[in-house]
Amino acid sequence: MKAAASNPAVAGLALEMRGIAVAAMADPGTILVEGVDWSVAPGDFWVVGGQQGSGKTDFLLMTGGLTAPVNGAYHFFGNGMPMFEENRLGERLQLSMVFDEGKLFNRLTVSENVSLPLRYHRNLTVAGADAEVRPLLDLTGMESWADSTPGAMALAWRKRVGLARALMLKPRVLLLDNPLSGLDLRHRGWWLNFLGQLSRGHPWMEGRPTTLVVTTHDFRPWQGVGRQFAMLKDRRFVVLGSWQQVNAASDERVRELLAVEAGSN
Amino acid sequence: MITKCRASSRVIYPLAIHEISRAGLRLLPMFLLVAAALGLVVIGQAVSWLTRIGAINYLGTIMVIVVVRELGPLIAAMLLLARVGTANVVELATARALGEVEALEALGIDPLHYFVAPRVFGMAVGIFSLTIYLILGALVSGYLWAFVQEVPLQPADYFRQLAAALSGLDFALLAVKTGLFGFIIAIVTCYHGLAQPLRLEEVSHATVRAVAQSVIACVLLDALFIVIYLIF
Repeated sequence: MKAAASNPAVAGLALEMRGIAVAAMADPGTILVEGVDWSVAPGDFWVVGGQQGSGKTDFLLMTGGLTAPVNGAYHFFGNGMPMFEENRLGERLQLSMVFDEGKLFNRLTVSENVSLPLRYHRNLTVAGADAEVRPLLDLTGMESWADSTPGAMALAWRKRVGLARALMLKPRVLLLDNPLSGLDLRHRGWWLNFLGQLSRGHPWMEGRPTTLVVTTHDFRPWQGVGRQFAMLKDRRFVVLGSWQQVNAASDERVRELLAVEAGSN
Repeated sequence: MITKCRASSRVIYPLAIHEISRAGLRLLPMFLLVAAALGLVVIGQAVSWLTRIGAINYLGTIMVIVVVRELGPLIAAMLLLARVGTANVVELATARALGEVEALEALGIDPLHYFVAPRVFGMAVGIFSLTIYLILGALVSGYLWAFVQEVPLQPADYFRQLAAALSGLDFALLAVKTGLFGFIIAIVTCYHGLAQPLRLEEVSHATVRAVAQSVIACVLLDALFIVIYLIF
């Protein structure tokens, strides 16, 4: 699949997909989602739901530009995706991703994990990046873990390191794969509050609202946080709308994501 | 690749230095032990046979042919493969299985640049230095074993025999050969660790494949160099 050409007509949109089909990363011959038509405006906060195995992670990997779509056209601020070319790295870094379970570099400390993108792209030493890394560690509550390695940490903290690392370069769009899975109530609350701040315009992002896309298998925690909802259902990407529309939906699959039996609303 | 290494030199160079240390300095004690053993093996056998046929003056020549041209570089390559190459595949394959490659790509960092370039450079430089130490150690220990066996050979004569048997081509081919051994081991092990999506249970298979292919590639390369020696 060739990268889509730039399209000035959709330059105002953060993400724009037309007729996108997504294959499994582990098995490129298996199509998981197809016919995706989706527009994400700057500052939007989308929650994409789906049962386990519905292809949420692969869909997000494609959205993050890590895999090419099998079919269709995908633009990121008007630029064709995926961007693998070296000379488009600057545009590419406007998009960042937080993986389920963090996907941290296990041989690096927390501080080194978080500073890596900054050091690599700005050619800084560990000490040189420290002044910018410390505030982000403080912000994410990771300051006491700075010199620990990921193997010594619980899942909840590893996820936060993944978030801090993704925020290091202050991206305009942040994709988060199942950020609340495996977290206790206290950590969930922290994430929902922090993502809400990012969406409204966090000081770390210089007050600019960050465009957010999260995946989940449970819509309930996102009530009042996510502004638009969609779901992956039977290999299709279905836009559901606002929380009120999700809550009013009678579709059995939507009710499952609300942990409510169909017809009980 | 070189331009990119320079652009991120403060990240990549420390990794390359770590790899040189791992594939060079840290293996030195083991290589010196093997050098002593190699000198014993070659001299022990050679003295016994050369004395019988009255050709003890060829001791230096035999050391050059066996140790400098053949066994030194090949043994160094096999030791590097055993000590560093296998660890390389396991590390990279585990990183791949745990999604570190995707994480690098998501951060706009080229995995080849971050994972492969320092290892290739480190192994090529490391094996070159180690081979030189191995050969020098084997030549010195060879003389010591000859001395123990009461061979009537002065150090100056032994050194003269070695110098006479060595040519400029030996030095040039030794440098090229050892560099290529390091390059091959690094490329093959990195390829098997990173090239395809892996699950954790496939790491051991990837390691076995990488070791087997590295051994075959090094032996074939060595055979190619024998042909070059024969031609020249």
